[in-house]
Amino acid sequence: MNRVGFVTLLRKEIRRFMKVVGQTVTSPVITSVLYLVVFGQVLKGRVEVYEGVSYLAFLIPGLMMMSVIQNSFANTSSSVTQSKINGNLVFLLLAPLSIFEIFAAFVLAAVLRGALVASCLYAVGWLFVPLPIAQPLHLLAMLFLSSACLAALGMIAGILADKFEHLAAFQNYFIMPFSFLSGVFYSIHSLPEFWAGLSHFNPFFYMIDGFRLGFFGVADAPGALSLGVVGGFLMLVSGICLGLLHTGYKLRP
Amino acid sequence: MTAAIDIDAVSKRYGSLQALGGVSFEIPAGSFFGLLGPNGAGKSTLISIIAGLVRKDAGAMRVMGHDTVSAYRQARQNLGVVPQELVYDPFFTIEEMLHIQAGYFGQRGADVQGWINELLRALDLEGKRDAKLRALSGGMKRRVLIAQALVHKPPVVILDEPTAGVDVELRRALWHFTRRLHNEGHTIVLTTHYLEEAEALCDRIAILDHGQVRALEDKSTMLGRHPYRFVRIKTSGQGQLSGPLEALVSSHGEAGSGDIEFRLHKDKDRIGDVLDGVREAGFRLEDIRMREPSLEDVFVEMTGGEA
Ligand SMILES: Nc1ncnc2c1ncn2[C@@H]1O[C@H](COP(=O)(O)OP(=O)(O)OP(=O)(O)O)[C@@H](O)[C@H]1O
Ligand SMILES: [Mg+2]
Repeated sequence: MNRVGFVTLLRKEIRRFMKVVGQTVTSPVITSVLYLVVFGQVLKGRVEVYEGVSYLAFLIPGLMMMSVIQNSFANTSSSVTQSKINGNLVFLLLAPLSIFEIFAAFVLAAVLRGALVASCLYAVGWLFVPLPIAQPLHLLAMLFLSSACLAALGMIAGILADKFEHLAAFQNYFIMPFSFLSGVFYSIHSLPEFWAGLSHFNPFFYMIDGFRLGFFGVADAPGALSLGVVGGFLMLVSGICLGLLHTGYKLRP
Repeated sequence: MTAAIDIDAVSKRYGSLQALGGVSFEIPAGSFFGLLGPNGAGKSTLISIIAGLVRKDAGAMRVMGHDTVSAYRQARQNLGVVPQELVYDPFFTIEEMLHIQAGYFGQRGADVQGWINELLRALDLEGKRDAKLRALSGGMKRRVLIAQALVHKPPVVILDEPTAGVDVELRRALWHFTRRLHNEGHTIVLTTHYLEEAEALCDRIAILDHGQVRALEDKSTMLGRHPYRFVRIKTSGQGQLSGPLEALVSSHGEAGSGDIEFRLHKDKDRIGDVLDGVREAGFRLEDIRMREPSLEDVFVEMTGGEA
């Protein structure tokens, strides 16, 4: 294994987003805080959530996970697409790195960006409402698995996209609606039966729900189920991504 | 001795276009190898396959004995490639880029810093080490690409048209630099459309055309095998060349200059006959110059024109 090469790529991917931290971290945190202010005020006391959990407290983990989803996806997808379009991807393709080393470095950097955005949001959230963590291990596992899923998905999108419009479309028509409709703002128990049932087929629902379980110790689905579904989804998207890298599709024509 | 690069029946198709049709040849270790051919001949495609940037449809390829697919790590470790396109990463400075590239190849620490300093000095980039690539001229970007290709000290270096769009001074500097690398023991593979450049630098040459190897020889053999030489005659007065003589004319000088160049077959055509013919046609001879064939003449002969 090319350990130095892997660490170099990982650090490079981290520096890439840290150089534009205003766009990659600050801006998504501000957006989420705006959601928190607006929805927290408007829906306060109206939406029925778990016993002893205020709506604001309920909302924060949802917004954190939504940011993780969007930013992990954005990190890998924009990095891959940009270097592919710019042509500077050749520097990486010339290097003695295995596809797994490349995959792991990209995914880990994206996970770190997701975790950074989530942590900032958590810190700002304290100003609104204190939010203790009931099951830290479960929470970290959900954070890692979900973020890695979206990072792998972003890599797939980055490989497939021929231009930035393709990425934007994927983000706007797929990632955004699915993450919004996965119980960020409500418990699925408050949905009509049909929609509540449908949510159980949406992996994003388990990401948010399982993450919330880490905070409150209660959620809509059992914790093991969320871990299992998200873990399974990660295996699936990682497999697809590694398969694409293995065939060289669009990267090594 | 193992070849630096060993290309064995490599073919590549892009849709209906046969970019490479079963190409085989060896690039000897320690050689300064010219890979020539007209636009679209398949030079860059071949280089990309050696570097693992493009997949071949069939055949095999080895760099310093390492298969480029099954032993890709060793093959890539032995290879430095300067791509034809001026590509760069907009996020990083030159020095950061060089450290990153060295890191990809498993190298870091004080050694790397020393070598990077040396490269920056040799390529006259010291003053630009903290510049972003975007802000550099084309010639500087080209030099950065060269530094990047050399940062892991590969024994085999491929330069795909390094002197395209480069001014005279930089071209000279690059010639000097590649010669130095060659003298230090690197195997150099160069593609260029400047044939006098290949003639000056390379000791062995392959000519590629339409995805096929048209010629593969030492430069001296290639030049020697060319069966023609050229006679340039400066004339004055008016005259009309006879049909057979007209057929030997390879070019005319500028209108009114009176220059006529004949291409004579070394065995079949005799200079005496040409001079007699020119006089008989009514011209006066002012000056005569002989010219041995250049790589350009060989090239034109083999590819039918476009360099
Ligand atoms: N990615 C690609 N998709 C489709 N066709 C391609 C691709 N890359 C190259 N080709 C075609 O393959 C042929 C060989 O191209 P290549 O770039 O290898 O030529 P070259 O000898 O390097 O030419 P030049 O001197 O202009 O750089 C050309 O006809 C080119 O159009
Ligand atoms: Mg080319």
